[in-house]
Amino acid sequence: MEPPEKGSPGERDDFMSVAAADLDIRIQEAKRQLDAHAREMIEWHFNPETGCPFWLEFASTLAWDPRNEIHSFEDLRRFPPFEDDWLRGGPVRRWLPKGLAGRPLFTFETGGTTGVPKSRLQIEDFRIDYEMFSDTLPDEYFPRGANWLMLGPSGPRRLRLAVEHLCQYRGGICFCVDLDPRWVIKLIKWGESVALDQYKAHVIDQAITILGAGHDIKCLFTTPKLLEALAEELENRGTSIKSSGITGIFAGGTEFTPQYTRFAIEELLGEGVYLTPTYGNTLMGLACSKPVTPDDGYKISYFAPQPRAVIEVVSFNDRDRVVGYGETGRVRLTTLTRETFIPGFLERDEGEREKPCDKYPWDGVSGVRPFSKIAGQTTVGVY
Amino acid sequence: MTILDIPILRWGQPYVSLDKEDVVHFITGETLARVSQANTGLLGRDMRNADRARRALIDIPIPDLIAMMKKAADLYLNAMLPIGDGAQTPDDFARQQSASTGLPEHMCKANMAKNHFVLSNMDQILDSLTRGLDLNILTRGYGVESRGVMVSYQAQAPVLGLVLPSNSPGVHTLWLPVIPMQIGLLLKPGPQEPWTPYRMTAAFTEAGVPKEAISIYPGYGEMGAEVVRRSNRTMIFGGLPTVERYRGDIRVQVHGPGFTKILLGDDVVDEWEKYLDVMVDSIFLNSGRGCINCSGVWASRHTKEIAEALAERIGPVEPKPPEDPQASLAAFTVPGAARAIWNSIEGGLNDGAAEHVTAKFGARLVEKERCGYLRPVVIHCESPESALANTEFMFPFVSVVRCPQNEMLKRIGSTLVGSAITYDEMFQQELIAATHIDRLNLGPVPTIQLDWLQPHEGNIVEFLFRPRAFQSRLEKVAV
Repeated sequence: MEPPEKGSPGERDDFMSVAAADLDIRIQEAKRQLDAHAREMIEWHFNPETGCPFWLEFASTLAWDPRNEIHSFEDLRRFPPFEDDWLRGGPVRRWLPKGLAGRPLFTFETGGTTGVPKSRLQIEDFRIDYEMFSDTLPDEYFPRGANWLMLGPSGPRRLRLAVEHLCQYRGGICFCVDLDPRWVIKLIKWGESVALDQYKAHVIDQAITILGAGHDIKCLFTTPKLLEALAEELENRGTSIKSSGITGIFAGGTEFTPQYTRFAIEELLGEGVYLTPTYGNTLMGLACSKPVTPDDGYKISYFAPQPRAVIEVVSFNDRDRVVGYGETGRVRLTTLTRETFIPGFLERDEGEREKPCDKYPWDGVSGVRPFSKIAGQTTVGVY
Repeated sequence: MTILDIPILRWGQPYVSLDKEDVVHFITGETLARVSQANTGLLGRDMRNADRARRALIDIPIPDLIAMMKKAADLYLNAMLPIGDGAQTPDDFARQQSASTGLPEHMCKANMAKNHFVLSNMDQILDSLTRGLDLNILTRGYGVESRGVMVSYQAQAPVLGLVLPSNSPGVHTLWLPVIPMQIGLLLKPGPQEPWTPYRMTAAFTEAGVPKEAISIYPGYGEMGAEVVRRSNRTMIFGGLPTVERYRGDIRVQVHGPGFTKILLGDDVVDEWEKYLDVMVDSIFLNSGRGCINCSGVWASRHTKEIAEALAERIGPVEPKPPEDPQASLAAFTVPGAARAIWNSIEGGLNDGAAEHVTAKFGARLVEKERCGYLRPVVIHCESPESALANTEFMFPFVSVVRCPQNEMLKRIGSTLVGSAITYDEMFQQELIAATHIDRLNLGPVPTIQLDWLQPHEGNIVEFLFRPRAFQSRLEKVAV
């Protein structure tokens, strides 16, 4: 048989089938790694020598031994649903694995607008997660050695220290503002729109003061709403995000829609400023998005930092059934690090299941938005 | 039917969003239109150009704008007009509006006639609302009145923000006088009723109104709040929580439930049968959906007989298809809404102080696959203490309340329209002085009867323009 001519449809088909086969191999490899990692984490967290009091005590209530019976990630479904109330209140040391005793500890809190917030004990996880994330950032827009502005929540937030570490890891210094997201959410609930605007203006004013103070800041973490407010106020003062020297923006904290991303790129940032949406929280860490492009309708697909964390999109009616690709379901999160084991935590979000891609050969999620059944009860602030 | 793709309008420029919401037929589920949804940031950006809207209108003399309104009236009522990526005849409009709001088609057409009337009579309406002011004074900001006194009216905002409802196409008459007063429009349509804002804008534009004078931002819940936040003057429609939220905010004119009532004075109540038609029309016309529909009939005696007579007249009414010219009930197109309202009424009946008089005419709640209906409800309340004595729902619902005349004004609460049937001059004076009655009708005037030459729930001119002191000693003042 004659070989196909260069550039002929036959050659392209061959190339695509090779690429598809290659991706398939990488998907299998990622799955093998995930299964091995799951076994390793189970051995760590349920070994009386290394596990934490919470999981060791939990294991004693089970009629089966996780160390003997969990052989793969799929087997983690044997655990009952993880209840987020388990993370509320003390003693927080019940989550400290014995194998990590004696190390300096951090405790980070989730939203916590009503009642006792959920806590996560950490040692190095936030650093590891953000170092992995750092590898996904293009140096052209997030230059090594550049200084950062953390225009996001302060206080007992993982994000606060994590962004600072990201900046330091890349050789820069991180400048911060004071921002209490719990106060913001209270103002929204009380209908205090004037006070809310004043508080937002106060936060933005801090940011603009820092940006104009000669610190040579090139990179920014912020939330969608604060990015909008920053751009607007800079324009009110006759300048812009680009003119203020920012070239790279890492954004997250609240819901990102394709429409918002398009709006930000087309109308707030302009040419030469890179925006990367992320999806994350204190429990999971950080899921990165594939590059967001107009050609793809600004679609935002997130991929967890597997095998340390896994995102699944599961049926609304059956939390153990992963939906088909492109189908809608609730986001289910599993965290598998030596510091934290959280199997099958149902997030307050929903989205569509995404296929693996070259950069991330495992499932992702797109169209992330508040879970429709509880969306009406959730207040989203500036953060 | 082709699905229309309806963009956002940013000062006249179409913008197709990546977020779209379907507007669907409430019976068939057929998609009628895909409407682009705006993110709040778009509005923030565009408000930088709000001044241009007013400047474009100020370049056109008010009499010319009034003439455009008259031309737009005919275009709106009779012409094929563009909408999104398609076009729309007047019949299409009525069908589409009916299909998404649940209002019968003939009522949609009646609302078109109302809008047409207001646009066609804009000169008289503005003359009345401004109390005969030379309209050039609105353009210049000052001038000498016919009685020789210098006056000044200062526009309080370059554009009026409007957060419009989904379920009451009749309210649009309220914002029609805005463009001829050279103030731009920033419209946030109700999710099920994009039709009037877009068709009216198309009619205005065809009639010569500058495109850049009007923006339309369909959007999710936060967009309504953003319109209020960004505009110095906003008219908003909503329920009691919305009324409470913006109470006392001079930038906002809130239109909420009306708690409209008919009060029968002791001097006429023994002849209550003479006024039964007035009561029925006030309660029932336009499917009882408006804030000016009567939701309470108050009298000191004969209340049980009045309730029974009203029930006999409106109790048997049943839902009919929206295209039926005899259809008199609107559907609730939001899933679960009709049931929720019915549950609320049933809850109110549990206090034992109220009787459901229409019960004998069969079940009131009629649930269909994608919508629900509520057949007319008449409640008899032995006293104002009953939980249902001062309530309002968006269908023909009325509480007939027994209350001594000398207590009525203390007990009726906030009342948008009060039709007081009495010839007792003392009671009439008390009614005239009652500040919690907004529109007062003395005599057997149906509550739904509007005089277009009178303000509705606040004068739009006074809302948009502030009268202020103005003095000049210049030889020549720039105009």
